[in-house]
Amino acid sequence: MDRREFLKRLGLGTAAGAAVLAGCKTSSSSSGEDEVLDGHGTMTYRVNPNTGDSVSLLGFGMMRLPVVAGGTERDHPDSPIDQDMVNRQVDYALEHGVNYFDTSPAYCRGLSERATGIALERHPRKSYFIATKLSNFSPDTWSRKASIAIFENSLKELRTDYVDYLLMHGIGMPPGGDEGMKAFYGRYIDNGILDWLVEQKNKGRIRNLGFSYHGDIRVFDMLLKWHDEGRYHWDFAQIELNYLDWDYANEINPRNTDASYLYAELHRRGIPAVIMEPLLGGRLANQPANIMQRMQRQEPQSSAARWAMRFAGTPEGVLSVLSGMTYLEHLKENVETYSPLRPLNDEENALLMTLAQDIYELKSVPCTACNYCMPCPYGIDIPGNFAHYNRSISDDKMPSHNPLQSDFQKQKREYLIDYDRRVPKLRQADHCIGCGECLSHCPQGIKIPDELKRINDFVEYLKQN
Amino acid sequence: MLRKIRISLASLMLIIITVLLCGINYKLSMAFAWVAKIQFLPALMAFDIVVILFLLLLTALFGRIYCSVICPLGVMQDVFGYVGGKVKKNRFSFSPEKKWLRYGVLFFFVLCLIVGFAPVTTLLAPYSAYGRIINSLIKPICDFINNALADSAAQNGSYLFSEVDIWTRSVTVPVVSVLTLLILALLALANGRTYCNTVCPVGTALSLVARNAIFKIRFDKSKCRNCSLCEKNCKASAIDFKSGTIDYSRCVVCGDCIEVCHFDALRFCAGGAKASDAPAEPDASRRAFIVGAAVAAGGVAAAQTLSKVDGGMAALTEKEAPERQTPLVPAGAVSVDRFKKHCTACQLCVSSCPNNVLRPSTSPERFMQPEMSYERGWCRPECKRCGDVCPAKAISPINGGDKKDIHIGHAVWIESNCLVTSADVACDCCARHCPQGAITMVKTNDNPQKAVPMVDVSKCTGCGACENLCPARPFSAIYVEGHEQHVYS
Repeated sequence: MDRREFLKRLGLGTAAGAAVLAGCKTSSSSSGEDEVLDGHGTMTYRVNPNTGDSVSLLGFGMMRLPVVAGGTERDHPDSPIDQDMVNRQVDYALEHGVNYFDTSPAYCRGLSERATGIALERHPRKSYFIATKLSNFSPDTWSRKASIAIFENSLKELRTDYVDYLLMHGIGMPPGGDEGMKAFYGRYIDNGILDWLVEQKNKGRIRNLGFSYHGDIRVFDMLLKWHDEGRYHWDFAQIELNYLDWDYANEINPRNTDASYLYAELHRRGIPAVIMEPLLGGRLANQPANIMQRMQRQEPQSSAARWAMRFAGTPEGVLSVLSGMTYLEHLKENVETYSPLRPLNDEENALLMTLAQDIYELKSVPCTACNYCMPCPYGIDIPGNFAHYNRSISDDKMPSHNPLQSDFQKQKREYLIDYDRRVPKLRQADHCIGCGECLSHCPQGIKIPDELKRINDFVEYLKQN
Repeated sequence: MLRKIRISLASLMLIIITVLLCGINYKLSMAFAWVAKIQFLPALMAFDIVVILFLLLLTALFGRIYCSVICPLGVMQDVFGYVGGKVKKNRFSFSPEKKWLRYGVLFFFVLCLIVGFAPVTTLLAPYSAYGRIINSLIKPICDFINNALADSAAQNGSYLFSEVDIWTRSVTVPVVSVLTLLILALLALANGRTYCNTVCPVGTALSLVARNAIFKIRFDKSKCRNCSLCEKNCKASAIDFKSGTIDYSRCVVCGDCIEVCHFDALRFCAGGAKASDAPAEPDASRRAFIVGAAVAAGGVAAAQTLSKVDGGMAALTEKEAPERQTPLVPAGAVSVDRFKKHCTACQLCVSSCPNNVLRPSTSPERFMQPEMSYERGWCRPECKRCGDVCPAKAISPINGGDKKDIHIGHAVWIESNCLVTSADVACDCCARHCPQGAITMVKTNDNPQKAVPMVDVSKCTGCGACENLCPARPFSAIYVEGHEQHVYS
């Protein structure tokens, strides 16, 4: 083949390829005649009544940023954040109408704000909203000086002189006894930090002041009472909302409160709700076959993640739904889901409520892999252990509790090999010493040492049979 | 014909025993364990009368075919000899038997067996020497290949292979193995079966019977044309063509001479010789040996970090083995002393241990014999593999649910290392993981604030779960001290 012929063939090939692509486009757009498909319009926006901000329904959670070695910090703890990929994702998000970016000084081993700042600095400051938090969890940082330093450092890391949305981080934590209330007073009231934040808001360094809530409901109720009394004004609040927590949060853990209550309380007062954990750290995106099939029967093309995102976006008092996205693919899918949002109808809502009951019955560990408990001082990969257990449930690979069952040995072998593959031996549940150091960090209020013991007892049962 | 049968059988046996010694797969090991169990010295140590009688009968009938087919170290030398023969043909010559050396070594060896002097017995035992060579030189390669396969299996969602830990269990054993291999390879390349005919105590013992074997290679002087090919190709240096005699105490019945003789002057057939009775090798007797004193291990508590940011993994220091006053040997060994006298240090149990507990000892008086330690795992209740594979019954097989009833040692708490006392951590790790329920957390009268671990020695089996899982690093705050005599309950 000479050069000319080669070029000719190349030309033909390209033309054919273009034709195929064009064909695809036509067929996909023509199939949307009957109903409006996701991802074929523009992003849905909700208006913040306080500032008039037009906020994208999809918010970018900067908690699970990709690392160079692949996956997140959970997969490769020593690998640095993949800044190039973060930049690409932020560019893509802005291009497709996402304008709310949520970070914290604690996320990604404390590296999230910097990565977010670098990526966003490349775009006009007015084209997006930054949300960050005052994450003064450690009692060492409860002093006024240390807390102010955290806020000032956030501005520095984010390369900006104001924050659009500032949250008191995780009020109500840790759950149990009066700990949540004590911590709230210690972190924000006794040191005068809440008043200082209001000052900053008046100065224009904070545009919206709010809080994120986990744990003790009395703290949540108290803050709303202050709002009613006019003592403080909450421009927004961040709560955990998804179709499992809507009615089952309290059943899963008696210390937690159903999302239906939290949302209603905010909505009643006209406080916009920012939603976290719409997918429960990906757990709702990964469902056992029987659950999946029931969703698919209703809508064959829709993923489990899309169902959950639609649920979280449907209530009209929701300002933005945060998804901690690691992969461009997740970002693309979520953008499609909300461009525009197809609100759930009653029938669809009823289906999810039935499924929630069944998912609750699976008794998986309600871990969202937020990593707040990490690092465990004794080296245990806490979310990794829970993820393996949960995945065995969602992949229908849980070995039977009856060793005489025919495929017990095979399932057992696979479960144990998977365990070793996913969690290094020294970081498995058998190394938990039960010190309870992690308990106060868990926003889900999981009794981590008990759950780890449950998992280890199961592993021992498998190994000994 | 004889040569071909010999080569095929020997190759088969060598492959089987090598696979076994690599400990590739437990099911395979169980299927192949018999090959180790028909080795002469292990069978003698195991007092397996059936195997010993069978081997003696075999030798009385056919001469030292054991050395040509069953003994892996002998077959390995033949492989080197084959290579040597490619380089230089017809390179052997007759040499007279060095009786003083052979019987001297045998006598010394038997003496060491009787008194239980492990450095000599483990070094000279042929099967064990081969076991060590495979364990230190081939098994690591197998493990690397296995882990590469496990890696790709993990990527493809297959469960055919799973990863194993690769770590240095000993320095002595690889060094000894390499030296053994080098010496044997050089000897075999140059002079054939020198080791088997002058040093190997098993060879010498068998030759007592082989001298009068019924089937022998017989020299028909009438057909011989004095070409000397038979002598030059006898790797045992056993043929003297001039006098037309063969030294049957050294002939390993390889059949090479029959093959090279153009005149059919050599034949493998029965003659008028009578089979003699087997000499009984005495079993080891008793000898007391006190192990030197040891100091309790010091330790460092795991570092506590304040969780200010999310994520990350705490770094973990590797565990270090404590010094134990009494060594830990597996359930089934009955006593440290019995174990020392029976074990030939072939390392088969070390290769087979899935929990990374067994490794060769560093102590000179238990030279290369395995012992247990719990830095990388603990002796799990459901595992009985070492006893299943041990050909010498140094570790006897445990049947049924007995393992939990055998107490090989007991846990000892070291207060100064414990996180409860030294770092004020509410740790109950040893108690929560003890499979026997032998450890309870007790608030003592002296210190009513903190619950510290108390060991009920009567329940403790010495499995080492507590030692292995203890968060104190590098030295655990609880460790297992061995029992001289295992206690059965």
